[in-house]
Amino acid sequence: MRAAFEGSQAIARAVARCRPQVVAAYPITPQTHIVEGIAKLVADGEADCEVVSVESEFAAASVVLGAAVAGSRAYTATASQGVLLMAEVLYNIAGMRVPLVLTCANRAVSAPINIWNDHQDAMAVRDAGWIQLFCTDNQEAVDTTIQAFRITQETELPVMVCVDGFILTHLFEPVDLPSQEQIDMFLPPYRFSRTLDPRRPLTLGTLVGPEHYTEVRAQLHGDLEAAAEAILKADADWADLVGRRAGGLIKSDGPHTARIGVLTLGSVYGTLQEAARELVPDTPLRLMALRCFRPFPAEALRAAVDGLTDLVVLERAIGPGMGGILATEVRAALAGLRDAPRVHGAVAGLGGRDIPLDILPRLLALADAAEPVRCSVIDLQKTPPARLGADR
Amino acid sequence: MLEIRIHGRGGQGNVVAAYLLAAAVVDAGLYGQAFPAFGAERRGAPVAAFVRVARDTVRRRCQIDRPHIVVVQDPTLLKSPATLAGLEEGGCVLVNSARAEAIPAPAGYGARWASLPATRIAEETVGRPMPNSALLGALLALTGLCPLAALEQALEERFPPDTAARNKRAVRAAAERVPEHAWRRVVDARGL
Repeated sequence: MRAAFEGSQAIARAVARCRPQVVAAYPITPQTHIVEGIAKLVADGEADCEVVSVESEFAAASVVLGAAVAGSRAYTATASQGVLLMAEVLYNIAGMRVPLVLTCANRAVSAPINIWNDHQDAMAVRDAGWIQLFCTDNQEAVDTTIQAFRITQETELPVMVCVDGFILTHLFEPVDLPSQEQIDMFLPPYRFSRTLDPRRPLTLGTLVGPEHYTEVRAQLHGDLEAAAEAILKADADWADLVGRRAGGLIKSDGPHTARIGVLTLGSVYGTLQEAARELVPDTPLRLMALRCFRPFPAEALRAAVDGLTDLVVLERAIGPGMGGILATEVRAALAGLRDAPRVHGAVAGLGGRDIPLDILPRLLALADAAEPVRCSVIDLQKTPPARLGADR
Repeated sequence: MLEIRIHGRGGQGNVVAAYLLAAAVVDAGLYGQAFPAFGAERRGAPVAAFVRVARDTVRRRCQIDRPHIVVVQDPTLLKSPATLAGLEEGGCVLVNSARAEAIPAPAGYGARWASLPATRIAEETVGRPMPNSALLGALLALTGLCPLAALEQALEERFPPDTAARNKRAVRAAAERVPEHAWRRVVDARGL
C-alpha cells in the first residue's frame, strides 16, 4: 500500500509486520518516534509483541540479546550516545552470533552535544562484527528493515539498518508499505540454531583461551565477508516479490563513460542525483551509494569504479587524526587495482549541517586537484567560530 | 517543483502543518515531501518546516533556501530577516495576523502578500490558538494546489474525529477569507 508516512512511522509499521516477539529500546532523539510507533501499534492491538521498557541502551541491547537466544525475533533501535552505551553488548551480540535487527537513526556523537544527523555513531561500532546497511530513502529503509530480519536469521549475524536521523526519520513522503502477506511470504518464522533450552544446556559467549580465540575471531571475519551473498540474495528475492531493489551492496547511477565518480553513504545520494541533473547536466558523472558498509564490499566497489579516473568520497563522519573513515577504507579496497581512480576524501554534513545541491560542484572541484585530496572538510565555514575558550 | 517554507514558534504545530500539507497533496495524487528544519525544538523558539510538491518523486533532502511561498504562523517573526530570506522573485507570503484583522503588505508585495487572523479563527473553531490548519486552508484557497477536501481527509487520517471536525471548520472559515486562486500562477509556473 502506497501512502505518505513519516519515515519513523513507516519503519515502525515495517518492523511490526515482521512479527517481532520482543522489542526493547530506550528513547533517544532522533530514534524516539520509531519505538513510540511500535509501542502504539502494540497498544492498539495491531501488533502482538512484548515491548520492554528499559533503563538504558545497555539494558535494551541486553534484553534483545536475551530474547533472541531464548528463541524470539527481537528488535531494537537507537542512535548516537545510545549506540556508544550499547557498544559492549553489540560486540557480545556479534561474537555470540545472535540474530538481531537494530535501527540506527544516525546522529552525531558528543561532545559537543548535538542531536542532528551524521554517521559518527555507526562508524564508532563498525568493527563490532555487525552487518551495517545504509539507506538512501525511506522506501529503502522499509525494504532494508524487512530484508534485515531475513539476513540476520540466515547468517546468524546481527544487522544494523542505518537511517539518517531527522533527514529520513522525520521526513514525511510516500512509501510503499509492503503488505503482511508479502512480508510473511518473504520472512520465514524466527529460528535460531542455538536457542537456549534447559533440556539441552549450552553456553554462549564463554571463556575462550588463546588456543581458540584467534580461530573464533577469524571465523567471524570470514562469515561477515561471506554474508554479502545473503545480503544480495535477500535483495534479489525481495525484488522478485515486490518489484524493487533496496540497493544491493552498492548502487550506481550515471553513464558508463563517466570518468569522475562520487561515492557516499545514506540519504545525501538523492541530493547528489538532483544536483547532477540540475547543476552539471553536461558532465558525465557516476554517483554511487554504498549500501553495505559491513561487510565492506571491496570486489563490488572495484567493479563499480571501473573506468573512473577520479573518485570523490563524501562522508558524514570523521576519524580525528586520520580523516575520512569511508575514504580510508575505499583507498584500502582499491589498493593494487590496475588503473584505480585517484581517491579524494570529502567530509560534510557533520552534526546536521545541511548539504545543499551546490555541494556537487565543490566535490567535483576536488577531482581537479593536482594531487589526490586526502581529507577536505568541504563545508567548513570561511569564518570559523571563535576557538573555544580563546577569550579567557 | 514547488517549495514552501513554514515559519513559526515551537509548539505552534509547524511540522504538523507541513506533514498535513504533504499528506493532502499526496491524497490529491501529487508527490509531497515535508520535514522539519534541523534546529532548536524548544517551545517558543523560532522554528521552520519545509514542504516540496511535485508531479514526480523528489529525491533531494536539503533544506529549502529559496522558497516560492513562505507561511508565517507568528507575525513577530517578520522582524527576523531569516523569515523571508531567499524568497524567490514573484514569491508569495501568507501571514497570520494573530488577532489583528490583517497585516498590510510591505511595499512591492501587492497581491503576493496575504494576511488573515488565523489565531482568532482557530480560537473560534478549533477552540485553541493553533493557527496551522486555518493557514493551510487559506493557502489551498489562494493557490488551488489541491482541493480542500484532500486537506480534510489528511486531518481525518491524523486526528480523532472531534479534533478533525474542529480543524475542518478552521480550514473552511479561513479559505473563505482569502481571494480564491489569487496565487494560482505560482503553482502553474511550477508545473503543478
